[in-house]
Amino acid sequence: MSPSLRLYLPGDAAAVSVGADEIADCLHTEAKKRGLNIELVRTGTRGMLWLEPLLEVDIGGERYAFGPMLPEHVPALFDDAFSNAHDCALGPLEDLDWMRGQTRWLYRRCGQTDPLNLDEYKANGGLDGLTKALASSSDDVIETVTKSGLRGRGGAGFPAGIKWKTAAGIDADQKYICCNADEGDSGTFADRILMEGDPSLIIEGMVIAGLAVGATKGLVYIRSEYPAAIATMKRAIEIWREAGLLGDDVMGSGRSFDMDVRRGAGSYVCGEESAMLESLEGKRGQVRAKPPIPAFEGLFGKPTIINNVLTLASVPDILARGGEAYAAVGTGRSLGTQAFQLAGNIKCGGLIEAPFGVTLRELIEDFGGGTLSGRPLRAVQVGGPLGAYIPADQLDLVMDYEAFAAAGAMLGHGGIVVFDDTVDMARQAEFAMEFCVEESCGKCTPCRIGSVRGAETIAKIRKGENVGDNIALVEDLCTTMTDGSLCAMGGLTPMPVMSALKYFREDFETKTAPAAEEVAG
Amino acid sequence: MAHSKTSAIEAACARHNHRADALIEILHDVQHAQGCIDDEAARVIADKLNLSRADVQGVRSFYTDFIAEARRKTPVKICRAEACQAVGSDKLAAALETAGHDLETIFCLGNCALGPAVMVEDRLIGRATAERVAAQMERTK
Ligand SMILES: Cc1cc2nc3c(=O)[nH]c(=O)nc-3n(C[C@H](O)[C@H](O)[C@H](O)COP(=O)(O)O)c2cc1C
Ligand code: SF4
Ligand code: FES
Repeated sequence: MSPSLRLYLPGDAAAVSVGADEIADCLHTEAKKRGLNIELVRTGTRGMLWLEPLLEVDIGGERYAFGPMLPEHVPALFDDAFSNAHDCALGPLEDLDWMRGQTRWLYRRCGQTDPLNLDEYKANGGLDGLTKALASSSDDVIETVTKSGLRGRGGAGFPAGIKWKTAAGIDADQKYICCNADEGDSGTFADRILMEGDPSLIIEGMVIAGLAVGATKGLVYIRSEYPAAIATMKRAIEIWREAGLLGDDVMGSGRSFDMDVRRGAGSYVCGEESAMLESLEGKRGQVRAKPPIPAFEGLFGKPTIINNVLTLASVPDILARGGEAYAAVGTGRSLGTQAFQLAGNIKCGGLIEAPFGVTLRELIEDFGGGTLSGRPLRAVQVGGPLGAYIPADQLDLVMDYEAFAAAGAMLGHGGIVVFDDTVDMARQAEFAMEFCVEESCGKCTPCRIGSVRGAETIAKIRKGENVGDNIALVEDLCTTMTDGSLCAMGGLTPMPVMSALKYFREDFETKTAPAAEEVAG
Repeated sequence: MAHSKTSAIEAACARHNHRADALIEILHDVQHAQGCIDDEAARVIADKLNLSRADVQGVRSFYTDFIAEARRKTPVKICRAEACQAVGSDKLAAALETAGHDLETIFCLGNCALGPAVMVEDRLIGRATAERVAAQMERTK
């Protein structure tokens, strides 16, 4: 038999959604037909989602990329011995502009290895951070995280080190680490890609967090819309347990940490940390009043660290690399790298890991190649459904928490949703209110009632009824919601609405009243 | 029949050690097994977890995943959130409705770079078209 040929193909849900499993079947069938021996490794995705299914072939130790693959492309691959002459040939993977333009720290293993192969994980830098943490005092670990400048990647950008220090300083019989994998923002999939592509990194981050603050139990709260991520995380946890990396004696240290996965159930507001705690306790996902903050009284009333997937996953590398080295990239008070996600009407959509400080334009034009439709870009929504709509003439905005806040926008979880010139921004504003109606937990009036009134009023504007008065009414409602809501669900829904009104007012004002139309006709 | 239904629910509760904090996991398991959480299921679960029936029904009604009555046929879950709106999810939804599918609205399936996104059972479809959705529905039959 001929020596086996090594092929790599993502098993990631996005890749599978455009046919990766069919390509895998074709590869096996074709190889068998030709009596060839292939070894097909299913990996995570590299994040170049527009090239999926993206096949990689090991040729002389280098990975050559082919994509996007269709079943009919497979026989020719074998005919030309995987040469560069193939229609889908992209050349060496690492030479692709999209790969070279990034700083891949968090996602460096993603797409490279079998996500559930612990030996490969270790061989590629896995467990270096945990090993260091076990040899350090918890104060030193927290100090390193603080020095790195790591801020929460879930949206609010709160410094992780400060949160950890607070929880570490409290005496309690039980503390918890909760990993927020609810990832409800439209335009975001970075948590999902990492859970499916390198689950061990997230587990390692959680174990380190547990050791640092004195917590022995962890829970990952994953939204139910992510069945593949749920399965991969569950399996990875079992593998860690079998390897003695979780349980009563983590890596033979005598220290204990164990964890589990819990599923969400289709509620956006359960991504808000206190609603998530309620949900983890088996209750309705209603937001809790603050104080107390979860670091004092969280899950079951015990001190609890809640961090986003990417926040926790950044920690192993920070320990291995050192806090200062991590903080050496980025800009201002936004340090390290961030996973930016290009979505919506974009030609080359996917995940780009780059230091903070890159501009929206670089991401959308250089990486993204502009709109998918080829029409002019009109608006970009950054930071999910509660984020601002940014007009085409502001793409030079720098990806930095403070720069975004100064522009009346927010970075959120790094999602960038592109719209072309066919978008009706009054409709987008109406949707923002409708989304709040749908997802409000119902605890406070400005959010629960304000969003209903807001959606109704924008609907009237769209029909051309008393446009001027109704715009003033929407602006009033937005002020009430911003000032009077208990959490950011009601508090930030005005952001997309007001930014649409500010930058795209013509979409609201040019609506003609039905009566006027009749008169004109 | 009624007996085996009850025992499936009891098994779900037992699998999670009758813990009230695992209620959402239990509801998922029960819904997976029987297609919905009807009032009888809510009663059994409340009983097993030592909760009131109102507690269980309150949780059931809060989360959009849980339904009290089973669906007639497999729904097409279609993402109606912003990134999919930007690539025509509204048009796709109209086409799917015309084709006679039962639609379930989802806000984001995490496939926002390859929208419009649709899910049929646990199967994600990117760059969805009415034809591709129909083909997937055929396969799940
Ligand atoms: C309505 C709402 C939804 C949220 N959804 C998420 C989410 O899906 N994932 C997440 O990590 N944080 C989400 N957050 C932010 C969390 O409340 C919290 O700030 C975060 O999990 C803390 O972790 P970090 O400091 O690592 O970002 C949401 C907040 C609000 C108000
Ligand atoms: S703002 Fe909305 S989601 Fe937040 S607590 Fe109030 S009602 Fe609940
Ligand atoms: S917005 Fe449709 S999949 Fe995310």
